[in-house]
Amino acid sequence: MRHGRRLFAITFLVPAVAVYAVFVISPYLQAFQISATNWRGLSPKWDYVGTANFRNLLSDEYFWNALQHNAILLAVLPVATIALGLFFASMLSVGGHGGRAGVRGIPGSGFYRIVYFFPQVLSVAIIGILWREMYAPNGGLVNGFLRAVGLGALARPWLGDPDVAFWAVLFVMIWSNVGFYVVLFGAAMQSIPREIYEAVLLDGASRFTTLWRITVPLLWDTIQVAWVYLAIIALDGFALVQIITNGGPAFSTDVIGLRLYNTAFADAKFGYASAIGVAMFFVTLSVAIAFLRLSRRERLEY
Amino acid sequence: MNTYTRRSLLKSAAGSGVLAATTAALGACALGGGDDDKPNDSAQGAKNSTNPLGVKEDAPLEIVIFNGGFGEDYAKAHEGMYTEKYPKAQIKHSATQQIGTTLQPRFVDGSPPDVIDNSGAGQIDFNGLVSQGALADLAPMLDAPSIDDPGKKVRDTLLPGSLLPGTYDGKTMALNYTYTVYGLWYSAKLMADKGWAYPKTWDEMIALCKTIKAAGVSPWTYQGKHPRYMSWPILSAAAKMAGQDVLIAIDNLEPNAWKHEAILAAAEAYSQLAVDGYIMPGSEGLDHIQSQTEWCKGKAVFISCGSWLESEQKAVTPADFGMTVAPTPSLTSGDKLPFEALRGTSGEPFIVPAKAKNLNGGLEYLRIMLSKKGAADFTGKTASLTCVSGVDVGSNLPPGLTSVTKALKASGDKGFNWVYNSYYRKLERELVDAACGQLFTKQINAKQFVEQCQKGADSIAKDDTIKKYKRS
Repeated sequence: MRHGRRLFAITFLVPAVAVYAVFVISPYLQAFQISATNWRGLSPKWDYVGTANFRNLLSDEYFWNALQHNAILLAVLPVATIALGLFFASMLSVGGHGGRAGVRGIPGSGFYRIVYFFPQVLSVAIIGILWREMYAPNGGLVNGFLRAVGLGALARPWLGDPDVAFWAVLFVMIWSNVGFYVVLFGAAMQSIPREIYEAVLLDGASRFTTLWRITVPLLWDTIQVAWVYLAIIALDGFALVQIITNGGPAFSTDVIGLRLYNTAFADAKFGYASAIGVAMFFVTLSVAIAFLRLSRRERLEY
Repeated sequence: MNTYTRRSLLKSAAGSGVLAATTAALGACALGGGDDDKPNDSAQGAKNSTNPLGVKEDAPLEIVIFNGGFGEDYAKAHEGMYTEKYPKAQIKHSATQQIGTTLQPRFVDGSPPDVIDNSGAGQIDFNGLVSQGALADLAPMLDAPSIDDPGKKVRDTLLPGSLLPGTYDGKTMALNYTYTVYGLWYSAKLMADKGWAYPKTWDEMIALCKTIKAAGVSPWTYQGKHPRYMSWPILSAAAKMAGQDVLIAIDNLEPNAWKHEAILAAAEAYSQLAVDGYIMPGSEGLDHIQSQTEWCKGKAVFISCGSWLESEQKAVTPADFGMTVAPTPSLTSGDKLPFEALRGTSGEPFIVPAKAKNLNGGLEYLRIMLSKKGAADFTGKTASLTCVSGVDVGSNLPPGLTSVTKALKASGDKGFNWVYNSYYRKLERELVDAACGQLFTKQINAKQFVEQCQKGADSIAKDDTIKKYKRS
């Protein structure tokens, strides 16, 4: 009986684990191996160069420039996305004026919920191309809108100006992520007992106090997960950046993922690119651990 | 009864996982396990006077084309000529815009296609290809008799200097098939309607820009997201001012090559366009197609480009536009090269991988491309010249190409060229590109521009993982 169960379990597990090992674990391990070589990716010839790639990384200003952009993304993207997500979600589920019906969302919340989720349905490539056209200097919707409402002075070649291109891309990242967290937080809020909100309302708390003192603490687990997800997205950013600006103008929107890609596929330096990848692996890992540690709190029971 | 915890199950699963991973790493390594010393098993046929390269007539031939400004139809015509000669050969044709990402794994695997048009933004780095011996030396093909004249070597049927860009340390590893002229472009109709004449000196250019701006038109635009297009008139103007040696120094990565006074003077001249507001507002946010389309609509008068422009803009160019190319205006009255001198260079590199299964067939395909019939067909389909000399391209040429042939003739033996972009792709496509972007958005001045370009060149020179080439 025992033996049979073991066999049964293993039969079902092995194929999945094998696929995972071949397509996920082995490339990871190989990246470590390649990062110690001078492999240029066009022939099977390569030599081990020890830690030379990593030493070169330390003095590679384009690497640091890209890393700096990722650091800004890391600081801004999770905070902005979570703040907006919480705000919208609480408006949608508990933001309405508490009449006789008790606690509910603002009017039309069902409609808004769908609208916010729209970007999540689009693929990254479509979002990238869409916004590239939106930001176009003459025919783009953004400048067209600004000019139509008399703010023509604010119109600019968004993606051509090194001072604003990065923020333009960051905005797209927030825009494309917020919808998902509205739905995520909204769902989590459904599990908060209505009585708590009613009690708060009776005590005369403002909407902001309700959000800050009641909703956030009760959703802390979910927020924590969102934070880690968003941090990982912030450390990547490759797809959107590559499609919208390809790192330009003048490296002002470059991110690590794109640097890695260009080093490998444009400069044919796969060893060095793998070293960037390995460095990124450790950065991502440490950030994820740090976030989870820092955001650890007592779990509330109700 | 239940002695199984989730943990113990995961433990044993992880054990088998590690085992599987190790086997996988050994079996399917991305680094490629190919044995490099194995004999070349490329298809061989008997050599004779009509088949000097020893093509095996029933060996299949695989061709990958960069699907860019020239499209892929011309290649299908060349493939037709190949099958006409070798009817038993199966041709596998494909076209992509992502040459590098599509083909890199096949180079590692040792099974690359037989002919590749390695062009476009996603091309495979030539420095990497050449330094790893991934390319076949084209000498056998170049020394074979020409299809049109068996008494002549293929090499001797080409325009002078057209092998320079694909030659690394004396070996020609890439055939740059097209012949491209770089210059400033305008609409003959627009200029004639307004009574403007193309300026021969830079002072005249600035004066004309003032007139154009007063008439409510933007004098210039540029391919904003690819600002390196503006490095071409700067380098051309500098070469005309101080001679070819400026360019040779840049190609050879000589110290302070970019800080030459002629390059500084040229950068100062062209940056004045940005400083005085002669560039169409918003240009920096446009990509090459968008800016060239604005130019075709008459929103701007001048744009810097190569002679693929006419083919690239075919769909949106008005019928009476009169697309015309002109050399860059002379910077000083004491310029070493005359106003007519311009950059003519072969481009669109075709390669035959060293490990091609049908290497001889690949070389033969290039020889067919270089026949007069192949070249004339290409020019007819793409409105672009090839590097084959003496091809009768007919008299019914489109306006842009007519002006290109005229400009080339006027330039004569005073033409010049640079090849640092094919030696060190990154230097032009990333580093000089970024510096140009900053120069034309007034983030930096001309002096900082040459310093930044020099810094980029120095970083390439210092990088011992990049192979260096010299030319004279």
